[in-house]
Amino acid sequence: MPRLWRPDVRSSDITPEGLYLRRRDFLVGGAAAATGLTLGLAGCKPKVAAPPAEPALPGVKPGPFATDEAQTPYKDVTTYNNFYELGTDKSDPAANAHLLKTRPWTVAFEGEIAKPQVIDIDALLARFPLEERIYRLRCVEAWSMVIPWVGFPLGPLIKQLQPTSRAKYVAFTTKLAPDELPGQRTAALDWPYVEGLRIDEAMHPLTILAVGLYGRVMPNQDGAPIRLVVPWKYGFKSIKSIVRVRFVETEPPTSWNRQNAHEYGFYSNVNPEVDHPRWSQATERRIGELRRRQTLAFNGYGKEVAGLYAGMDLRKSF
Amino acid sequence: MAASKHLPSRLAKLAIGVLALVPAARIGVLALQGDLGANPIAEAMNRLGFWTLTLLLATLAPTPIQIVTGWKWPLRLRRMLGLETFLYVCLHFAVYLGLDQFFDFAAIGKDIAKRPFITVGFTAFVLLIPLAITSTDGMVRRLGFARWKRLHRLIYVVAVLGVVHFVWRVKSDLRQPLIFAGVLAVLLVIRSLRLARAAKAVRSTSPRRA
Repeated sequence: MPRLWRPDVRSSDITPEGLYLRRRDFLVGGAAAATGLTLGLAGCKPKVAAPPAEPALPGVKPGPFATDEAQTPYKDVTTYNNFYELGTDKSDPAANAHLLKTRPWTVAFEGEIAKPQVIDIDALLARFPLEERIYRLRCVEAWSMVIPWVGFPLGPLIKQLQPTSRAKYVAFTTKLAPDELPGQRTAALDWPYVEGLRIDEAMHPLTILAVGLYGRVMPNQDGAPIRLVVPWKYGFKSIKSIVRVRFVETEPPTSWNRQNAHEYGFYSNVNPEVDHPRWSQATERRIGELRRRQTLAFNGYGKEVAGLYAGMDLRKSF
Repeated sequence: MAASKHLPSRLAKLAIGVLALVPAARIGVLALQGDLGANPIAEAMNRLGFWTLTLLLATLAPTPIQIVTGWKWPLRLRRMLGLETFLYVCLHFAVYLGLDQFFDFAAIGKDIAKRPFITVGFTAFVLLIPLAITSTDGMVRRLGFARWKRLHRLIYVVAVLGVVHFVWRVKSDLRQPLIFAGVLAVLLVIRSLRLARAAKAVRSTSPRRA
């Protein structure tokens, strides 16, 4: 199938695989010097074990958007997570993943739509053909991954729901279940987690609801059973484990903006020109790579999405 | 010989000193094995920072311990723990400089100038350098004990900056940095209570200044 979209990053810009595979040797060299005589401790068990792979999703077709950049290993995608409901340490979500129950699961679609409805997750999965979307993911903490998501575009679903003329924004809510999501028993954020998009952002062909990755069912720590993926925005916009999608007329509250409005805006488009107060956003570390790389405007999806923001001052609407 | 006053033997002191190096060794071994997770550079930096603060508070603990328990032996650990704190902060900074930023001095300069948590962290690191340099007996003699002691009061500034560095670093889960802040506060309160008592005693018994 022809690619509708070409990555701005040429294959030759990508770290050669040999170098990539040897990336840890650099650390090893430094560590060997640092540890010197203490090698007696080398018997320590590895801390992070690769999680068991989820079942494969049948009938996944390649989607229209894919980067040919090296994909972040499955183990890293599933053990290095920001999912505060399952703990604030990067390794917590994988460790606590088993607590989250993803069946039965329904998603409520409500608000300014002609056809409000509650859809069972399995019915939703059957409603649209699943496709693979290989996207860059850029975290606001200045690290990034390349992830082969499995899901379906949100736009066609929104059309089926028939939004009214007052549906200007889409508000998403994560499951609230403190017994399954232990992070919700702490005050790390106001729970439940909420996120939002303008409706044109939500309808954009790059925006998907993802239900898996690497051709497999979504691991809980990555936001099972269904999550948003908006690849030109910082990762926290891509809300996980969604139970409610509400169409509204005014800009909905979003969790990180509520936590700290000065640091996290509603739009949160990846923008190397606008620094987070605590991280330069000019560069990022691609997980698995040693050297930082330049961060691209809109995470490299500018050609597709810059038009959404014509006339806006993205320094103000950050 | 009262055991509490004369512990540790040199062996015990050595054991504590070696124990303080175990976390660094463990970080090195995990890095060696590729077991620091998906983002080993950030992980190494975070862990080295954690142990820097832990050792910094351990360095500040002997005097309050003496005030509360009367034990004097922890006082003899202070220099060693202080130097080990310095070792950890050097490793922490070296990972930032060499691995995280890859010697990109322009970016580092911007970080230090623009990001308050890095500004205070870097300041704390710089302030520790003269303390490490003047940690030898020879230096104490050369400076004179009074001046040496005044200089080494910088450690309180460093400790506060170090904890602030951690508090400002985290995004929303403040539990761990606040534990450090709480321990530091307790240590400082115990000292200041004694200072206040000493000042009162000085006023009531003698015109000489402490």
